Amino acid sequence: MTVLGLLIPVSLLLGAIGLAAFLWSLRSNQYDDLEGDAARILFDEADKPRD
Amino acid sequence: MRDTTRGSVVGLPGSTASGGCCPTGLAAQLAAERMTDTGAGRWVRPAAQDAVALDLMVPAIRCAACMSAIETGLSNLPGVASARVNLSLRRVRVLFDPARSSAEDVVGRLSALGYEARPFDAKAMADIDRDAVGRDLLARLGVAGFAMMNVMLLSVAVWSGADAATRDLMHWISGLIALPAIAFSGVPFFRSAIAALRAGRVNMDVPISLAVVLAVGVSLYETAHSGEHAYFDAGISLVFFLLIGRYLDHRTRAVARSAAAELTALSARAATVIAADGSRTTVAAEDLAAGMLAEVLPGERIPADGRVEWGQSDLDRSMVTGETMPEAVGPGAAVHAGMLNVSGPLRVRVGATGEATLLAEIARMIEAAERGRTRYDRWADKASRQYVWGVHVMSCVAFGGWMWATGGDVYRSVMIAAAVLIITCPCALGLAVPAVHAVAGGRLFRRGIFLKDGAILERLAEIDTVVFDKTGTLTEGRPVLVSSPECDRAWQFAASLAVASRHPLAQALAESARGRGIEPVALDGVTEVPGAGVEGWLGGKRLRLGRADWVGAAPDDRTAVWLAEGDAAPQAFAFEDRLRADAPETVAWLRAQGLRVALFSGDSEGPVARAAEAAGIGDARARMTPAAKLAALEALARGGARVLMVGDGINDAPSLAAAHASMSPVAASDVSRAATGLVFTGQHLAPVRFAIETARAARARALENFAFSALYNVVAVPVALFGFVTPLIAALSMSGSSIVVTLNALRIRRGRP
Repeated sequence: MTVLGLLIPVSLLLGAIGLAAFLWSLRSNQYDDLEGDAARILFDEADKPRD
Repeated sequence: MRDTTRGSVVGLPGSTASGGCCPTGLAAQLAAERMTDTGAGRWVRPAAQDAVALDLMVPAIRCAACMSAIETGLSNLPGVASARVNLSLRRVRVLFDPARSSAEDVVGRLSALGYEARPFDAKAMADIDRDAVGRDLLARLGVAGFAMMNVMLLSVAVWSGADAATRDLMHWISGLIALPAIAFSGVPFFRSAIAALRAGRVNMDVPISLAVVLAVGVSLYETAHSGEHAYFDAGISLVFFLLIGRYLDHRTRAVARSAAAELTALSARAATVIAADGSRTTVAAEDLAAGMLAEVLPGERIPADGRVEWGQSDLDRSMVTGETMPEAVGPGAAVHAGMLNVSGPLRVRVGATGEATLLAEIARMIEAAERGRTRYDRWADKASRQYVWGVHVMSCVAFGGWMWATGGDVYRSVMIAAAVLIITCPCALGLAVPAVHAVAGGRLFRRGIFLKDGAILERLAEIDTVVFDKTGTLTEGRPVLVSSPECDRAWQFAASLAVASRHPLAQALAESARGRGIEPVALDGVTEVPGAGVEGWLGGKRLRLGRADWVGAAPDDRTAVWLAEGDAAPQAFAFEDRLRADAPETVAWLRAQGLRVALFSGDSEGPVARAAEAAGIGDARARMTPAAKLAALEALARGGARVLMVGDGINDAPSLAAAHASMSPVAASDVSRAATGLVFTGQHLAPVRFAIETARAARARALENFAFSALYNVVAVPVALFGFVTPLIAALSMSGSSIVVTLNALRIRRGRP
């Protein structure tokens, strides 16, 4: 059961990274135009992320 | 810059090449209004060094092809730094160098691409756009989701048999994650519950908060005493699922609010004021004051009530009174805000701006109508009121019963009472209606139907009578040629004269002539006589195209222009306001659904009877004033009818406000768009049918969700009352019921697109 001492912190860390990524994406306006972003993948030319 | 030809580009066949999925219907409709002054320059705001930003609403954006066409098209304009389309909101933000391009260039380019663009005040919309509440909810949802997943992982270990020290460790870690997560994510519920209790009321959030707090408290006690059951996972998942419901509800309202605000922003109109020294300034229409002299060019709407001081013209009153026959006006004539000036420039002395105007009168009627309408009880409110009491009574019974049964075992009784609170699962109830409204609203939005509020869907599902306005609602609101002389020579002369005028009948005539392949001939001395017609000379012979009395014909009840060739008998080109193409079909469907259909119009008997006949409506009433329409509607309501009013004119606005549910086409007058519940785009009436079908589907799904929640509680409550609810059962039932309810809501998306 000592492996738990390693696994639990690792799983919490991974989860926290996921949470941090979500909060970052929220702050950088990535949920403003979900329909448009879904359509943009169809464009041929390289698309830069919005400013 | 005034560019009256801008809108006409939209109608050219080539302009639709930007993609078959981008209907130009709305664009054409907006163009038909011929807004000559979008005042685009007023909305430009500084963004960075050498760059200004302009936000435009482009309702015709529908798909990826539109996006790429617009972004590429605008980027090619000199000085444009970036053009970014927001497909969800149908908007474009353009950053450009004001020294190299102007706002009008941007609007003009979009128009050339086939998209009618309207600037709007981005600053006024900023609060709605930033959506601070939505982001806050989303952040809390993210934290709750993260905590729930981690706690669940740990709980799985406990469920699969961890015991003794391992189980305690799992419980402690679960508690460490769940406690701060619940403290952060649960704030919206706690806040609302406290507010309700302070006001001496009980709302949904009270049992929710109580369940969460009790679950966490009991679990902490259990963990500290090395107990077997901890409900941290149930507490956090309760918060998580309820936040989903809360967020969906917020989204639906935000989208509806932003649609309403956009419609208001669309109506930002400018008026040209002539000062005493002859100089002209542009002011917002609402800033006009009594005594000002306003200039109204052909194609513009009268900005305020007043009297004509100078000029001769025809006024299209269809938006104000529903009458299709243009009225000739000259100096001294009284004019009302919203009438469309069609032929000659006018100068209007603005009259009373306060209480005495037609608009103020209409506004008073709208206000009275809204006061008279009983407060509508939303489904969710009705359900939760029953539910809240049931839950509290139930958990009290559980607590008392177990206290009695166990002879005063407080710990065990509190445990059971908490289990009852958790298991009765307001999750399904909290999601039942928001999920349905979000899906139904999204489905309508994709079809170009904008909701102002979720409750409108509920009301729309209950209607049993549909009342249509005629001009601009049942009909397209523009004249179409219905009878004309056979002789090609007459056609040729008429077309040659018609191209010189902006009068809607003349334009319709010129268009028909183009359709027949008739080439105009060159005439000498072509002049337009405002309020009368067009005159020209061909080899010494005078040709006149215009009003019956001006060319020397006897007027009749038809809408017609007459052609007089020298001294020969005048010939008539008669027009009719054609029905929307699918009007008869839509009316037939409504009747097949067992709905009563009626037509209330302000127009005269002849056209109303013809339109009713063509559309298949038996109950048609003509020459109705706004007050008469309102009175007839209220009489229907007193008779127990739940009326859907479909109308567009200023004269319909009080009825739209009074009706049980209301719909308007997007080209409707500003007051009507403000008073109505749903706004639809396009040239067809099919959205009426689509909206009713969607509303009914939404009601069916919501009722099913309620039924499911009730059934679930019938099964789950006894289990909880008898103390069999373990954390595993609580977790499974909670997620299971929430998922069932959400999947059921998604069924609305199926069916006819």
